[in-house]
Amino acid sequence: MHYLEFEKPLAEIEGKANELRALAVANEEMDVKQEATALDKKATDLLKDLYKDLTPWRKCQVARHPDRPHCKDYIETLFTEYTPLAGDRNFADDHAVMGGLARFEDQPVVVLGQEKGFDTKSRIERNFGMARPEGYRKAIRLMEMADKFNLPVVTLVDTPGAYPGKGAEERGQSEAIARATEKCLQIGVPLISVIIGEGGSGGAVAFATANRLAMLEHSVYSVISPEGCASILWKDAEKMREAAEALRLTAQDLKKLNVIDRIITEPLGGAQRDREATIASVGRAIAAMLAELDGKDRKTLVQDRRKKFLSMGSKGLSA
Amino acid sequence: MNWISNYVRPKINSLFSRREVPENLWTKCDECGTMLFHRELSDNLNVCTTCDHHMPITPRERFDALFDGGIFTEIEVPKPIADPLHFRDQKKYPDRMKAAQKKTGEPEAMLVAEGEMGGTPIVAAGQDFSFMGGSMGMYVGNAIIAAAERAVELGRPLILFSAAGGARMQEGILSLMQMPRTTVAVEMLKEAGLPYIVVLTNPTSGGVTASYAMLGDVHIAEPNALICFAGPRVIEQTIREKLPEGFQRSEYLLDHGMLDRVTMRTEMRDELITIVRMLMNLTPAVRGNLPAPEPEAEEAEAAPAETGEADAPKA
Ligand SMILES: [Zn+2]
Repeated sequence: MHYLEFEKPLAEIEGKANELRALAVANEEMDVKQEATALDKKATDLLKDLYKDLTPWRKCQVARHPDRPHCKDYIETLFTEYTPLAGDRNFADDHAVMGGLARFEDQPVVVLGQEKGFDTKSRIERNFGMARPEGYRKAIRLMEMADKFNLPVVTLVDTPGAYPGKGAEERGQSEAIARATEKCLQIGVPLISVIIGEGGSGGAVAFATANRLAMLEHSVYSVISPEGCASILWKDAEKMREAAEALRLTAQDLKKLNVIDRIITEPLGGAQRDREATIASVGRAIAAMLAELDGKDRKTLVQDRRKKFLSMGSKGLSA
Repeated sequence: MNWISNYVRPKINSLFSRREVPENLWTKCDECGTMLFHRELSDNLNVCTTCDHHMPITPRERFDALFDGGIFTEIEVPKPIADPLHFRDQKKYPDRMKAAQKKTGEPEAMLVAEGEMGGTPIVAAGQDFSFMGGSMGMYVGNAIIAAAERAVELGRPLILFSAAGGARMQEGILSLMQMPRTTVAVEMLKEAGLPYIVVLTNPTSGGVTASYAMLGDVHIAEPNALICFAGPRVIEQTIREKLPEGFQRSEYLLDHGMLDRVTMRTEMRDELITIVRMLMNLTPAVRGNLPAPEPEAEEAEAAPAETGEADAPKA
């Protein structure tokens, strides 16, 4: 279990409970049950307390938690017959972007998402979920395929942002993102999206310009990272707490602003504490969102998507 | 399609309301150091007459030179909610807005207008880098949508001059949502079969480049403009190496296939006329700065020089 900084007191209690249980296994005559149960209760209470009212900055940390289910986990659990399709037919295959054909509850779909990786090796291979132009162009290609064969598109968003690299810039990172967003707006099939961790700026928009957009309870979606915002507006990257607060990047605020359509509840203590339950909840949300769009014709799907974005921003937050 | 319910008929931009410029003002070119007389500089559209360095120019100055006789009609932009997030960094967002309005004399970072350019009817949108770095928030999004809707209504091409550091952080997610919103505007033009020309000026970066600035039928950049998604400093921090000379500049992007052309500001108008007229299937253009279309023609002749009264650039 990886503990976040604000979870340190919890680590202590849970650590003690585990130690006690280990001792009991070693000495059979020791009865630690009562004590261990008391510690467990204390831990649960603390967890409830910590997660009751997470600050935006803490939500950012939870959203980036390494043990959170990633795109790959959702695809492997919720979809069958996943058949990855690679490449942008132009330059390369971007491993930061997963995508291909799959079935969701037997319905063939195109599934797309950013994958951050789960250990050092896979993180490097996935470039920490930061796509290059090829990733967006692969997404465009697969969205076109979905459009052609009338398959719904499901996207799973989890990226710190598009990769800020030399080659990425040379090969048209901006144009690739712009075209992917444009493609999201053009396709005549249902496009639904879930932000499962980090929705980082334009790199997320290129996948999340959808008919329906859901966010996990502790995920974030923002124009810039709190650290980036702090270093520009506060001239001090250490002011990320203040920046996270000001940016209103939580699922709860984005729902109030009508930027997202639904919030998917996470288990107590965040998605990382019960990965299976989280994945199942996301599955139910995907099914519900697909059902909402069922039977809509191509034109309506495109028009609804456009209207949704044109009317966005007509509502502010109360002070 | 027409989502703007409070659309107001455009009002004529007055030629005589421009601010007076003191006669004896000199500006130093920050590239070659030459001292330039303000009138000489503004007559040359803020391009250094010694080294061709392109200095900033406001949309209003640009439109004065772009439209025939300097006559254009501003298109009303629907006002968004002010400070939707109650954003506060070291300063309150409304205070930053007020300061920018005072400094520029403009309400926001984009000017939208209709008029004729070489006898060719167009709609133009100009982003104002001097207004909070040209940053893209709800207003800029509304401006581009208003421009596209008006272009579709009139059956005219849209020419957009981009200049921005990126999205306006003080509007948080709503600034990010201008990427899809402005893309919808571009789609409207595409569906109507109308040309959308983007002129990229220094600098164009971030979410602006990654949306409407890279979706034109034709991309023309001014020389040596910084055009990027991620800024050079961010990249250098990420890859821990120095970037090559000219990286992310217009000429570099031209070499890498992201632009159609790199064109001097002083030649831009002629080039736009040529391209737009071909795309609109019109007869070849009559050259020169034409008088404004009727009935404003008289007013235009009464005006002093076409481009002479623009403000000197702020150094
Ligand atoms: Zn010079």
